Amino acid sequence: MIDLSIAQTKQGLKDKKFSAVELTQAYLDRIAATDEKLHSYITVTGDLALKKAKEIDKKGDYSGLLEGIPMNLKDVVCTAGIKTTACSKILENFVPPYNAHMYDRLLAAGSILLGKTNTDEFTMGSSSENSYFGVTHNPWNLEYVSGGSSGGPAASVSADQCAFSIGTDTGGSIRQPASLCGTVGLKVTYGRVPRHGCISYASSFDTIGPFTKTVEDAALVLQAIAGRSEKDATTPDMSVPDYSGFLKEDLKGVTLGVPKEYFAEGVEKEVSDSILEAIEVMKKLGAKIIEVSLPLTKYAIPTYYILVKSEGSTNMARYDGIKYGHTTDAAKELQEIYMKSRSEGFGDEVKRTIMLGTYALSAGYYDAFYLKAAKVRALMKKEFEEVFEKCDALITPTSPTPAFKIGEKTDDPLAMYMCDVLTTPINLAGICGMSVPAGFSSKGLPIGLQIIANQFKEDNLFHVGHAFEQATEWHKKKPALI
Amino acid sequence: MKLTGDEVKHIAKLARLRLTDEEVAKFGEQLSGILSNARMLEEVDTSNVEPIAQITGLRNVTFTDEVQPCDLADKLLEQSPMPLQDHMIKVKNVF
Repeated sequence: MIDLSIAQTKQGLKDKKFSAVELTQAYLDRIAATDEKLHSYITVTGDLALKKAKEIDKKGDYSGLLEGIPMNLKDVVCTAGIKTTACSKILENFVPPYNAHMYDRLLAAGSILLGKTNTDEFTMGSSSENSYFGVTHNPWNLEYVSGGSSGGPAASVSADQCAFSIGTDTGGSIRQPASLCGTVGLKVTYGRVPRHGCISYASSFDTIGPFTKTVEDAALVLQAIAGRSEKDATTPDMSVPDYSGFLKEDLKGVTLGVPKEYFAEGVEKEVSDSILEAIEVMKKLGAKIIEVSLPLTKYAIPTYYILVKSEGSTNMARYDGIKYGHTTDAAKELQEIYMKSRSEGFGDEVKRTIMLGTYALSAGYYDAFYLKAAKVRALMKKEFEEVFEKCDALITPTSPTPAFKIGEKTDDPLAMYMCDVLTTPINLAGICGMSVPAGFSSKGLPIGLQIIANQFKEDNLFHVGHAFEQATEWHKKKPALI
Repeated sequence: MKLTGDEVKHIAKLARLRLTDEEVAKFGEQLSGILSNARMLEEVDTSNVEPIAQITGLRNVTFTDEVQPCDLADKLLEQSPMPLQDHMIKVKNVF
């Protein structure tokens, strides 16, 4: 039962084929049997999960949107009374006093928390190697990374350690690991899901979204968590459509744009070939395919890291060794507490973020770096707006390469940033994107297809993604883990 | 674009980080590479472009000014690794 989609699981519960307790126990057994190899989970909340499952079975109607569905949360989503570490030493023992608002919505929908999953420290990274607790291995080949920053969520969905997971995406942190692990991963429009209670990296970029086994499941989870919240002023007062209504089987009347810059140098041939093949499938489903151009794509990475590291350095300023989290035991005065607590508590990539951001925001360099990047961001947003006048969605690869080996890029931060070359433009423009399984490399590693749509057009992602998924078998393949 | 060791130390000080000599050398090299790469943004013509920070165009979001119950004060104070005194966190001397 652990390999079922959410939709199938809901049916199974309603038909009394299995109970929520049996289902939860099956996932916990799966975690116990596989997580030593994968290391997706930082914390497993087995007792709590079984208790909730019992209550749900007792009630017995399984009527909630996600009632009885076991899931996990990336360890940056605050859970009252349950450790939330951001996979950083500085928050190693942090137990939040309140829930993220989005988690409250998941609980109200009836889902069951199995635990908290691994990420690069404070979500800064593309491989989960920056986690203070160590890397998450790729379920398809344990010598390879699971991607990042949401490596734990991606691997846990791919390996059936949960029915779905919630991750965050600032520059690709949902889509890239989804692509590398062969799951569906949805990056919503900025502001579609409230960020309250989610530990911040870059506040004008961060989004929250699901990892699932099917596109239909992604639509279901989004239905439960989307919409305005008074606890997050950046969520617009816009209605949430019934996403299930957009899961169609064909693409008649749909125009899809293929931006040539997303197939440029640096994108491996195996990857672009898989995506071109997928485009042929979409053509057969009735879609009209047009070539489009987004010439500013090559500036996305520097624009992204200047802005994100600037916002990141500002957000990291709250970790002072005083209010919460790690504090040094070797300080005599206040300055020393800041300096030592932060130096002891943060890992290398967080330190690089803080210094790069501090530099880009400092008086002499603000105009040349931060302001310049903020202007290029405005141009990139405009460029996407113009392209979406001509088409309903864009089709591109998600990641330029399949998963890479653990340790391959850890000494070269710029090479690591380049992993996000095809995903950061979407965050810069605040639009939405989704990675869907679309093939395998010759080494047997998954390849993901990225569907991109305009702001608040998640319905287009679900339409295109579902139709493609129904016409292909990629999402049905499972890693041979045990 | 090469950052000197002194520049790296100055940034670290502004950022309230204390670096070892090895870290100064390592981060100096890495940050120099990243900043040099960012110089490519100079190629983009941004004259007459307004910078963007709020990507969905929201402005001046306001809420009704009314008191809401919040029982978190004590729980938040308990998070501090510092001693508490009179419902306040007691910090070390500033000098």
